[in-house]
Amino acid sequence: MGLVRLLRIIFYALIVRPFLIFVLGLNVRNLEKLYVSDSARLIAANHNSHLDALVIMSLFKISQIHQVKFVAAKDYFCRTPFLEWFSINIIGIIPIDRNGATKDPLGPVQNAIKEGYTVVIFPEGSRGKPEKRENLKFGVAKLMECNPEMKLTPVFMHGLGKSLPRGEALLVPFICYINIGDEMIWSGNKKTFMEQLEIRFDDLEKEISPKDWK
Amino acid sequence: MFNLENTDPVLGSIGIIFTLLIIATIIVGIMRFKDNSDSFKELSDRVKSWWFMIVIFSVAIMTSPIISVVFFSILSFLAFKEYVSIIPLRQADRPVLFWAYLTIPIQFVFVGTGAYGLFIVFIPVWVFFLLPFRTLIAGNTDGFLKSVATISWGLMITVFAISHTAMLMHFPTTETHLAGGVGLIMFLAILNQGNDVAQYVWGKLFGKNPILPKVSPKKTWEGLIGGLVTTVFGAVLLAPILTPFDLSFSLLAGILIGAAGFIGDVTFSALKRDLKIKDAGSFIPGHGGILDRIDSLALTAPLFFHMTRYFYY
Repeated sequence: MGLVRLLRIIFYALIVRPFLIFVLGLNVRNLEKLYVSDSARLIAANHNSHLDALVIMSLFKISQIHQVKFVAAKDYFCRTPFLEWFSINIIGIIPIDRNGATKDPLGPVQNAIKEGYTVVIFPEGSRGKPEKRENLKFGVAKLMECNPEMKLTPVFMHGLGKSLPRGEALLVPFICYINIGDEMIWSGNKKTFMEQLEIRFDDLEKEISPKDWK
Repeated sequence: MFNLENTDPVLGSIGIIFTLLIIATIIVGIMRFKDNSDSFKELSDRVKSWWFMIVIFSVAIMTSPIISVVFFSILSFLAFKEYVSIIPLRQADRPVLFWAYLTIPIQFVFVGTGAYGLFIVFIPVWVFFLLPFRTLIAGNTDGFLKSVATISWGLMITVFAISHTAMLMHFPTTETHLAGGVGLIMFLAILNQGNDVAQYVWGKLFGKNPILPKVSPKKTWEGLIGGLVTTVFGAVLLAPILTPFDLSFSLLAGILIGAAGFIGDVTFSALKRDLKIKDAGSFIPGHGGILDRIDSLALTAPLFFHMTRYFYY
């Protein structure tokens, strides 16, 4: 086992996961649906907080965690050379350019999929307003279209937007509710796929029936 | 059977609990062996969780007073967190909740140092006074009363009330009462948790007539009375080992713990029914959340504490 992989396991198993379990508390439904396949696939989750990706990464088993990466903004996670190294190797991000400077912003994601990684993606793009779902972006459908064999697992989370919403530095503990859906396959059409994904998120959200947060 | 006079009374009572736990494990094991369906899965999860809880509790209570205080403060934190996660709140309440969380370490410093005067007024007087002020600073008056009321109620139960259990440890040891404060904590915890189990078992075996069908359809008169009798019986047995109580006060303490446990249970049933949820969390497999396990303890602890303090110290 390489040193970087070991550091990553230490980071998630000994720091991130205990912190999330003790300070926030994770209430997970259908966790087994996250472990179904070892082949490359997408995990699509709603986005409320910086903590979203860390929570999903923490749900994976120690033996799997080195095969998982999540898509994140290059301008934020790669501000300094050390941060860039740490984000890519230890946290496990796929940095993407969201300023439109590169022609194919999804290129790095495609590469990771080809290399067999499980890729976590947030189709809403940005975190937006706390505990409010934003419109889904088409990037996720593009990835599915390019990799029609690939499966997608939808994950709905509630609570992190209360604990650490966008623009807040103060963490206030709330339990994070997570609901994992059945695997989805490529529908053959971007528009219908996005509609299906939207419906899946609605259903997963309804099962949790989050409390008001106005 | 047990020669308790020569052993540490607290250790002796822990021995009794583990004996009961082993018996329960064997019974549930046999039940699962005969009928290996999902119906016993929850029961077996529950017994498994009891092992964890009792081991952690025993270690927390026996090692040192500081560890006991830390243990109960963690319990308060987890319970308050579950509470704020299940009640509807406003975004404007986020900073208020941050301050509400901070009351936990402060309250438990008062517990640890035995500062009774501060311990007893901090939340009901000072926090009660300042929390609404912090809430109105946010400037959002829509739902102001609802937020202040729900957060205050949560703090009273999950912090103020639970801290009473830990505060029991300051009751001193005497020549006739060797177990001291730790003995009182054991007495309360065993009887309160035992009462929950006894009400459940009696209700399962003989339950027919519901008491409060609209609130908690599974609670029956048979369960309540069976549980109460079991708890009073347990109180009379344990009191000479763990407490300075005489026979009549032991009977009274048993009735109080049994009745208050029931009231605490149904109070939280009403709360959960109002919020349309089954359990407050999923922290303890088979039991639900921390709050589901200690709801009755939280409501019983201040009553038991003040009754004991009034009559014995």
